[in-house]
Amino acid sequence: MTSLESSKPRWTRLGHTFLDRAALMLKNITVMQKYTVFSLLRNGLSGHQNWSPAWRSPPLRDKYDVIIIGAGGHGLATAYYLAKEHKITNVAVLERGWLGGGNVARNTVTIRSNYLRDQSIPFYVKSVELYEGLTKELNFNMMHSKRTMIDVVHNYPKMRELRRRQLTMDIYGSTYEQIFTEEVRRRIPALTGGGPGSRLPVIGGMVHTDAGVNRHDAVAWGYARAADAHGVEMHQQTPVKSLIRGTDGRIEGVETVRGTVRAKKVVVAVSGHTTTLTETVGLKLPLRTMNLTAFVSEPVKPLVDVVVNCPDLGFYFSQSDKGEMVIGGAPDSGQSFRRDIKQHVFEDTVGAMLELFPSFKKLKLMRQWGGHLDITHDASPIMDETDVGGLFVTAGWWGGYKAIPAGGLTMAHHVATGHPHPLMKDFTVNRFKNLEFIMETGTTTAR
Amino acid sequence: MLLITCPFCGARNETEFVYGGPVGRDRPDAAKVSDDEWLDYLLIVPNPIGPVHERWWHARGCGDWFTIWRNTITHDIVDGPDNE
Repeated sequence: MTSLESSKPRWTRLGHTFLDRAALMLKNITVMQKYTVFSLLRNGLSGHQNWSPAWRSPPLRDKYDVIIIGAGGHGLATAYYLAKEHKITNVAVLERGWLGGGNVARNTVTIRSNYLRDQSIPFYVKSVELYEGLTKELNFNMMHSKRTMIDVVHNYPKMRELRRRQLTMDIYGSTYEQIFTEEVRRRIPALTGGGPGSRLPVIGGMVHTDAGVNRHDAVAWGYARAADAHGVEMHQQTPVKSLIRGTDGRIEGVETVRGTVRAKKVVVAVSGHTTTLTETVGLKLPLRTMNLTAFVSEPVKPLVDVVVNCPDLGFYFSQSDKGEMVIGGAPDSGQSFRRDIKQHVFEDTVGAMLELFPSFKKLKLMRQWGGHLDITHDASPIMDETDVGGLFVTAGWWGGYKAIPAGGLTMAHHVATGHPHPLMKDFTVNRFKNLEFIMETGTTTAR
Repeated sequence: MLLITCPFCGARNETEFVYGGPVGRDRPDAAKVSDDEWLDYLLIVPNPIGPVHERWWHARGCGDWFTIWRNTITHDIVDGPDNE
């Protein structure tokens, strides 16, 4: 029996090999197949059999200019902006599992910029802005759905803290506005709990109109496809075992299960396992890995058109386009490298939610997932070149999904120019040594 | 869900306990150690895929504070060097 591959005419196979070689040699002129209504129509006529793959699977070489470990949101965005903004295309993105299968697929896709600190807000404002233009920029439908986020507040200290955030956010062009309880209930009709007689009555809300949700797979795939078109290589199923340090103390490359790959610059973008990797070159970082959970209900008709966040009770949710409630809660206590969720963490979140949304009691839950993230002492990220020259780290992301575009943009700037981008210059490793903490209360939604 | 053994009450459900943070090194004499050693003590927490030493508080029980060794990937409570 002949396989499909060998039944093709010989010239086709030769042609493919030649094209692959040409693409490899002239990487900068790789042409990305553009997605338009016409290409959809054309491919529809041929039964969608002739779409070209969104990215290549080239052989792994032993040397690159830059290695990025982790084909997640931050890794792929960094690769894309390195190629696009800085014309550095001799880049390999190494991924342990499959592309976009880590934390970029294990979050609640909430995009927002309601942070507290002067260092954080402009960074997230930039990220929200980039997200809003991402569908056009990458020619990939992000299914971006801009929608308001409403913080439902139960106590006055929290309200004061959010109003303080509002004053700082005003400076940087982010939006926050206080509303009364009646207005909260008008905008979220499903919010029927939390009345005057309840244990925790609602006292008001804060409205953040810059928020939104989009499709996480599209973010990973869109960045991967666009980076590939610039010549960046993605290598899946390529776990990095350790980092390699040269005799001069600088980074020299990485040891993978597929052999040694060398590069003068290595970016670690592996949320959760950052210390696992950096410890292989004796670098200690102030990070602890924790498990954060989320789960999804069965789809129901449109019910809530905002992102609801409840910092005092510790849960948040939004309704996806499919109608599912995408619900997130507080992290599991203690360090954890697990990706499942504990029953009582889940029950705590659901219990808190039912206090405000009693009608959700009838919803069945369909899926649950956890992601592991490494957090710092001040709950702000680390984006910096480390004490090991040429080794860059983007870590400490707690809710790093919303930071993907700005994180990639600024990290690429640092890798390419050797100087930190103005938007990320404060998120250094050494801020801990100088005890200049960026204590951030806006990091998690439920906080 | 963990089944944590309180030294006073015995094995109880995790929900009775409050996590009290990782057990760090003993506090060095700040006047005697170098800045780097002091910062290391302040900032660095072991983050292994494997057993970690941590404090728990039996808040909804007897109120005792104690430490356990717990594996960060299996959640098994294991014997550590101190538990022998």
